[in-house]
Amino acid sequence: GTDDHSSDLFWESRINMIHFVLLVSRQGKVRLTKWYSPYTQKERSKVIRELSGVILNRGPKLCNFIEWRGYKVVYKRYASLYFCMCIDEADNELEVLEIIHHYVEILDRYFGSVCELDLIFNFHKAYYILDELLIAGELQESSKKTVARIISAQDQLVEAAKEEASSISNIIAQATK
Amino acid sequence: MEQLKTIGRELAMGSQGGFGQSKEFLDLVKSIGESRSKAEEDRIVLSEIDILKRKLLEPDVPKRKMKEYIIRLVYIEMLGHDASFGYIHAVKMTHDDNLLLKRTGYLAVTLFLDEDHDLIILIVNTIQKDLRSDNYLVVCAALNAVCRLINEETIPAVLPQVVDLLNHGKEAVRKKAIMALHRFHRKSPSSVSHLVSNFRRKLCDSDPGVMGATLCPLFDLISEDVASYKDLVSSFVGILKQVTERKLPKSYDYHQMPAPFIQIKLLKIMALLSSGDKSASEMMYMVLGDLFRKCDSSTNIGNAILYECIRCISCIIPSPKLLEDAAEAISKFLKSDSHNLKYMGIDGLGRLIKISSDIAEQHQLAVIDCLEDPDDTLKRKTFELLYKMTKSSNVEVIVDRMIDYMISINDNHYKTEIASRCVELAEQFAPSNQWFIQIMNKVFEHAGDLVNIKVAHNLMRLIAEGFGEDDDDADNKLRLSAVESYLQIISEPKLPSLFLQVISWVLGEYGTADGKYSASYISGKLCDVADAYSSDETVKGYAVTALMKIYAFEIASWRKVDVLPECQSLIEELLASHSTDLQQRAYELQALLALDARAVESILPLDASCEDIEVDKDLSFLNGYIQQAIESGAQPYVSERERSGGMFETTDYHSQDHHEVTSHALRFEAYELPKPSVPSQASAALVPVPEPSYYSEPHQPISTSSSVSERESSEIKLRLDGVKQKWGRPSYQSSTSASSSTPPQAANGTSIRSDGGGVASSSSSKPRSSYESKKPEIDPEKQRLAASLFGGSSSSSRSDRKSSSGGHKPAKGTANKPATVPKENPIPVPDLLDFDEPTGTSDVAATDPFKELEGLMESSSQDGGGSTDVMGLYSTDASAPVKTTTSVDSLLSELSDSSRGTYHQSQTTKGPNSKEALEKDALVRQMGVNPTSQNPTLFKDLLG
Repeated sequence: GTDDHSSDLFWESRINMIHFVLLVSRQGKVRLTKWYSPYTQKERSKVIRELSGVILNRGPKLCNFIEWRGYKVVYKRYASLYFCMCIDEADNELEVLEIIHHYVEILDRYFGSVCELDLIFNFHKAYYILDELLIAGELQESSKKTVARIISAQDQLVEAAKEEASSISNIIAQATK
Repeated sequence: MEQLKTIGRELAMGSQGGFGQSKEFLDLVKSIGESRSKAEEDRIVLSEIDILKRKLLEPDVPKRKMKEYIIRLVYIEMLGHDASFGYIHAVKMTHDDNLLLKRTGYLAVTLFLDEDHDLIILIVNTIQKDLRSDNYLVVCAALNAVCRLINEETIPAVLPQVVDLLNHGKEAVRKKAIMALHRFHRKSPSSVSHLVSNFRRKLCDSDPGVMGATLCPLFDLISEDVASYKDLVSSFVGILKQVTERKLPKSYDYHQMPAPFIQIKLLKIMALLSSGDKSASEMMYMVLGDLFRKCDSSTNIGNAILYECIRCISCIIPSPKLLEDAAEAISKFLKSDSHNLKYMGIDGLGRLIKISSDIAEQHQLAVIDCLEDPDDTLKRKTFELLYKMTKSSNVEVIVDRMIDYMISINDNHYKTEIASRCVELAEQFAPSNQWFIQIMNKVFEHAGDLVNIKVAHNLMRLIAEGFGEDDDDADNKLRLSAVESYLQIISEPKLPSLFLQVISWVLGEYGTADGKYSASYISGKLCDVADAYSSDETVKGYAVTALMKIYAFEIASWRKVDVLPECQSLIEELLASHSTDLQQRAYELQALLALDARAVESILPLDASCEDIEVDKDLSFLNGYIQQAIESGAQPYVSERERSGGMFETTDYHSQDHHEVTSHALRFEAYELPKPSVPSQASAALVPVPEPSYYSEPHQPISTSSSVSERESSEIKLRLDGVKQKWGRPSYQSSTSASSSTPPQAANGTSIRSDGGGVASSSSSKPRSSYESKKPEIDPEKQRLAASLFGGSSSSSRSDRKSSSGGHKPAKGTANKPATVPKENPIPVPDLLDFDEPTGTSDVAATDPFKELEGLMESSSQDGGGSTDVMGLYSTDASAPVKTTTSVDSLLSELSDSSRGTYHQSQTTKGPNSKEALEKDALVRQMGVNPTSQNPTLFKDLLG
């Protein structure tokens, strides 16, 4: 209808934008969600339900893209985990497929052979890394090295804090003996 | 003391445990992981919410604990539950001085809140403070939050600082500042309109990452205002050239491709800048040509760039050589086994077909394969292509296919789209009236609730007006065929409301017109409709009005009217209807039945839906009556205005009121011709019944003849002019003759290949013949389809085209190529950083912001006019760029190969994969988390 058309036009001006990132396991469990366009909690649940229903049931040899509600969702399966990104109709799907792969490679480098379990327990780290890669739905950095550098700078702070914490814990352990 | 112990344990675990979370949290994650249903998961999360609500209320929660609670909040919100009860704690955490906590706070608020949330106001202050921090990591965290949380109102609060940060020492900060400004521009262009020159300047940032990020806002700015950025064409071309020549640091390589994401962005920008601009396009010819030669089509990223080149070429004014390159890339895509590439190939065809319409023919069989592919994505893309290449000779095949597909799917969004495309194509290219009506029937039957109401009105108008020619006979035939088809369909169950409205209206107007069907037969059918869809008042209204017309035509022709008993009971039912509209219709019908033939004829004349109704607004025909009444002592009428004269306010009020009333009441002035931009008048009125007054200027539009091929307008409207030209022309016949001549040719498969003629291969060219040789056995069915989709309307015209395209091709390929391309080449392709040479636009150079960089450049670049060395600028130590790159290179190759292991030395020590997985497993068990054996894939390497 006309409403759809106008909403499509609305997004037309926001070309090249990733509307959301979604990580779902083969079993349909959500591993990470990041929303760059406004969606209510209800809409988010609906989107996840709808998309995982479609994507998890697609055969292996098919396109890595689906057309969905006037947008396109690019997805790729890594082991048992599906990485999905929703983009505009007019975007370059192959490029987005590589942005996904780029992210996975950075995760792989960070965790050292990343597996799903890493992301389950360290989902906040996956978020930090994603935030260095994409900002407001745009690719902000395409050099793995640069992303790795800033993440490790942040982690060094964490390490310093941990050492501090463990020394305190030792003191407490001593004190409570 | 007990509390201290727990803290100690907690802290110890935090420092030892690989995952850095408490047992509680790991248990939560584990139990969620093991839950077998969504309901169970929800139960677990709800109890976790209870726990968190309690814990957050405890006094003096240690900060470390709080940090974990917030991560847990993020987790439950990620699972789709509401964590808003804890948002305020995340907000508080952003205030913390400890960067670790601050960062967690920022992460949580950017995930929890959107820019219109009430809590934002509590963060703005912190953001302001953090943007001024000495620690660039704090600044980065704050800028991340800025990009997510700052809205139009709060932009001024942070804008000056963000602008300052454009010149920050750390490139990570500059980059995020650019992205933040970009976002401000999207939110509120006016707030940063005075700052856009910063984007131009940052294009020359010494860090390639910042330059790459700057392309995002520039893309937006250029798409809004191409003209102001024309001067940058040469700069972008120069940057792209240098990127492809590997002048950027190796760390920007991705799968051996130099900075591909930057290349793609540049190609998008250049497509915008050079769209329809010959001289700008010419500047790009060389670099585009290089890309086609250099891109590695064996990698996905190489193909992504190739695809972007195709898109770029479809936007600019390309050289014949580039068109050839693009066509070749497309044909590679289509011949690939990868569905992704086929999809891109189909998409590329759809883009290039606008420039050279014969390109699709070479790939007809590949296109048909995609059309019949079980993958819906590919199928839909192919339908889009077919939609773009529809013409009168293939419209029937294409629309039939579309309708079959439309019937087969459940996805309403796409169903609507494909239905409206069917309507559009049918309206533009219909070969015959019968076909048109048949197609419309199918669309209404299967997607009637999804199509625009205007489509229904257009159809009724078409049936009423005929085709603009004074050929009553043809018009009557059309109407009869419509009536016949509706009488067949009408008894099908569950027809869409809109379709029933059309059916009722047409049956009312023309059901008995031909004399083939009796009034009682038609009225019986109409009663059935009203009965079967008794909850649909609009349909009932249409049905009653249709009944009224049927009876009126009977009365007017002096026939005796027998109101069927079911009609009688329908009328009685409606006389007491809750709907005043239905009531009125019923009363009108009842009144009409009691009138004599003459009166009825003037109320509802036969076949007069297109006639103008002249309305006597002054009611002058009552003058005599009034005169008589006044003479016998009645008070003369005092108009409303006169009655309330003097009191200004009320007059205003009244006249306004009056206005309001008329706009809602029956409208007597003539309707405008339906225009797509105007909301359908019929639907705006209370009852969308096409009263005879509906079409007031029936035959006006035909005088303007617009070309049939003009298909850009996607709006749904009936192009009667095009239809009129189309219909009755021999094109329909010739296409049938083509399809009838197809089977014998397709049947003797050998001759097809030997003579290179035949239907499918009539316009043979190299790429396609190789496709054929790869697939020697071609289903004759497919060939027939190919012929009907791609072939011309008749065999003679096809051979004409063949010879013309044959004559065209060599000219394109060999004769023109050396002649034209070199001529265009000598235009110097300026370097990004080569600012000394004003390229054509010398006046711009004076104000060119790049000039400012000249001083910066002196050391590393020579203004010799050739290629400037950007490397010196970008690499951190210019003296040994090669050494620094080798390590990066090996990393890259390891990632793409499966031979990892070596580079892990540089990472935190990790063993080979299997050992690693075991270690992780052991660790998890230690933590009390037993991964379920049913799901060993959790340990599988994602990239393995």
